[in-house]
Amino acid sequence: MYINGMASIAAQTEEDLFAGDLKSFQQNIFPATIVNYKEYIKPMMLRRMSKAIKMGLVAAKQALNEAGVEVPDSIIVGTGEGCKQDTEKFLENILDENESFLTPTAFIQSTHNTVGGQIALDLKCTGYNMTYTQNSVSFESALIDAKLQFAEDPDTRCILVGGVDELAKTSTPFYNLDGQLKAGEINTTQILQSESGGTITSEGAAFFLLSEIRTQDSFAEISDCMIYREISEEKLQEEISWFLKKNDLKPEDLDAVILGNNGDKRFDHYYHQLQDTIFKNTLQLGYKNWVGDYNTVTAYACWLGAEILKRNEIPQQLKLNNLDVKQPKSILIYNQYLGKNHSLTLLRSL
Amino acid sequence: MPIMTDLHTELKASIIEQLNLEDMEVSDIENDEPLFGDGLGLDSIDALELIVLLEKDYGIKLTDPKKGREIFESINKMADFIEANRTK
Repeated sequence: MYINGMASIAAQTEEDLFAGDLKSFQQNIFPATIVNYKEYIKPMMLRRMSKAIKMGLVAAKQALNEAGVEVPDSIIVGTGEGCKQDTEKFLENILDENESFLTPTAFIQSTHNTVGGQIALDLKCTGYNMTYTQNSVSFESALIDAKLQFAEDPDTRCILVGGVDELAKTSTPFYNLDGQLKAGEINTTQILQSESGGTITSEGAAFFLLSEIRTQDSFAEISDCMIYREISEEKLQEEISWFLKKNDLKPEDLDAVILGNNGDKRFDHYYHQLQDTIFKNTLQLGYKNWVGDYNTVTAYACWLGAEILKRNEIPQQLKLNNLDVKQPKSILIYNQYLGKNHSLTLLRSL
Repeated sequence: MPIMTDLHTELKASIIEQLNLEDMEVSDIENDEPLFGDGLGLDSIDALELIVLLEKDYGIKLTDPKKGREIFESINKMADFIEANRTK
């Protein structure tokens, strides 16, 4: 699948990423950057939208704009937790009003498929519209569906695929309760050296306009994507080698790997063992210490990898080792969360 | 010419808050301005919100939603209907 347009909204801006001016945070939960949503969404529509919808719709429109496409044939969205802000609003209404006088807006917009629906309404796209919710492989599930759609339907020329998740004031801090987030004083730049469990979290949206046939606007290719619900550390290396082999590559052929290290000592060993073995001589990049970890952060990783291929430029602050690459051609993204939902996504330049 | 009452102002403030009409002030809504369509631009989801607002704030249960079209025509119409039917 070829990428013809893409956009991302996260805790760091694209400008800061490539200018080497990424910012650190002192808390374990931090928001995405402020975007002037009014530039893209009419005020009467904007007033009801939670952050996930706003981020998703704007990233979708920017991706379409870059690709020069007004309406895609299909819309496929991955979201781990959907519209949490409206879910909270609706639940608060139930409590505040003693289960009566419930207004419809928050309920309507609390479902996971709201972002996909709102994008379709805005674009007046009546094509296939699907939302995947599968924890930290929600975005990858959407990617695989896009691949299947292209394979099964010859009339599908372009598909809008994205990942989006938002913070919410009550439910996001629940992650403190089961140790998913780091406790105590945090400086996000230090987390990858952390000796404790837990990570940091944030929010974001990244969307891609994909086509099966290369067009004049294509600038990178998503060659393959695999999901493993569970896999042992021993089997992981073997699976990665097999995954690369079926794409005519060996580990040493990769120009860079984008790894999901998030500072959680309990599970970062999945990355460390790859860093010390098959990817020892490959440029290693980490990003979660800058944009946080959330269910669809791999959509950001995919955007990051494609942006590196497009610019031929490596954001220096993301480097986990001292290797360098002048003209990256193949990039592998590997991710897991809490030792589950492992995913491999292969990007190639054109 | 209908008289501007506290109810008119209260209704405008409630509508702005309930319908998230960001960047809008009470003074921006005219008493006789259509709330739907070319006027304020409210839509069918807003109509459902207004039905809940009538019941919650004024104790008026709208049994026939079709009547909403007439009642929610403008702030003046809403205020008249509320004055005539309110139970709280």
